[in-house]
Amino acid sequence: MTSAATLYGLAGAALVGIGLYGLAVQAHVLRKILAFNLIGSGVFLVFGAVAGRGGGAGGGDPVPQAMVITGIVVALSATALAVALALRLFRETGRVTLPPDPPAGARDG
Amino acid sequence: MTALYLLDLVLVPAILLAACTAVGTRDRFAAVVSFIVYGLLLAIAWVRLGAVDVALAEAAIGAGLTGVLLLGALARMGRRADEAAAAGPPGRTLRLGAAALGAAVAAGIAAAVLALPEPAPQLSGAVAEALPALGLGNPVTGVLLAFRGYDTLLEAVVLLLALLGIWSLAPDPAWGGLPGLRHRARPEGVLAWLGRLLPPVGIVVGLYVFWVGADRPGGAFQAGTILAAVWILAVMSALVEPPAVRSLALRLALVAGPALFLAVGFAGLGLAGAFLGYPAAAGWAKPLILLVEAGLTLSIAATLALLVAGTPERAAG
Repeated sequence: MTSAATLYGLAGAALVGIGLYGLAVQAHVLRKILAFNLIGSGVFLVFGAVAGRGGGAGGGDPVPQAMVITGIVVALSATALAVALALRLFRETGRVTLPPDPPAGARDG
Repeated sequence: MTALYLLDLVLVPAILLAACTAVGTRDRFAAVVSFIVYGLLLAIAWVRLGAVDVALAEAAIGAGLTGVLLLGALARMGRRADEAAAAGPPGRTLRLGAAALGAAVAAGIAAAVLALPEPAPQLSGAVAEALPALGLGNPVTGVLLAFRGYDTLLEAVVLLLALLGIWSLAPDPAWGGLPGLRHRARPEGVLAWLGRLLPPVGIVVGLYVFWVGADRPGGAFQAGTILAAVWILAVMSALVEPPAVRSLALRLALVAGPALFLAVGFAGLGLAGAFLGYPAAAGWAKPLILLVEAGLTLSIAATLALLVAGTPERAAG
């Protein structure tokens, strides 16, 4: 029987995998942003599980907890910037997906 | 203990299921709603891990504000058929490759989690030892505002930088203008009713969460998020207009927290001999920390609200 913290650590690992799959497979930019947030929260959960293992009576180690709060806030600001970029892309071009990469060599010209 | 472990055994599959739905479902609206459900379930998981501060942040920011952002953008981009749908489902090779990559990374992280050393190294003891000197009861607040004050200061600056990035995407005619589109709500509708009913409650809860943060779960980030949510609700129910982003009062509110934090940090150079240090004399650290937290609460509320409001799109009248 694994401990609760290890269980959530494994769940965090699975979330990173699920998010990575979504990031690669989904074409719509908002779906990619959503998948990226799944990866981020999976990483936070792994980190939190590591913190929870070291927990005394009053909950886990406070240092990783504080860093995860910082991370959640920074993730939101990155998401907001990404959404603003996506909306600008949509307004300028009407596209909701990223254009394919130009063929190699075309970039330098 | 056993009953709680049973809760874990139900909660973890529910979280994974919500995540899979958010990634896999065809309907984009359902995907975003699944993501919000996922965030709320994850907040319960954080409570189970003993991290109530993180649970508050995840529920308010991870699920709430991120959900509002994604729903708003989805409404703007439309649910109609577009090239994402026209391209059809992704090819089999891509899906298999992505699944293999995701599984490999997840397996690697899982192996690392299982291989962690026993007993776990930790800093709880060091924090508990130093905390009485600050006069605080909540170790997480102590870490955020004092022991790792650099992180929090830079985080507040990152928020501002993200906001500058969003503002700089404004088209020329709307430069310095009002963020987002005009919201409409039926004056007698449910949204307008909630917009009148909830803000007083939200403001009281927000200020309470700020104040108890010194001794119990809560603090500037959670309180700022709640206050931002109150403002967003009032804007969405068309009761107030967002301010033009060139407004001086708005800009002062945005920089007040980081500026106050920096000022206290530099004062620490003289009073405590270190940047972001707090004076050792008993009774000085806590009022300074509360002062910084008050400024941060104001600035974080303003910044988060404007991050969600988005790029200026209307010229100031």
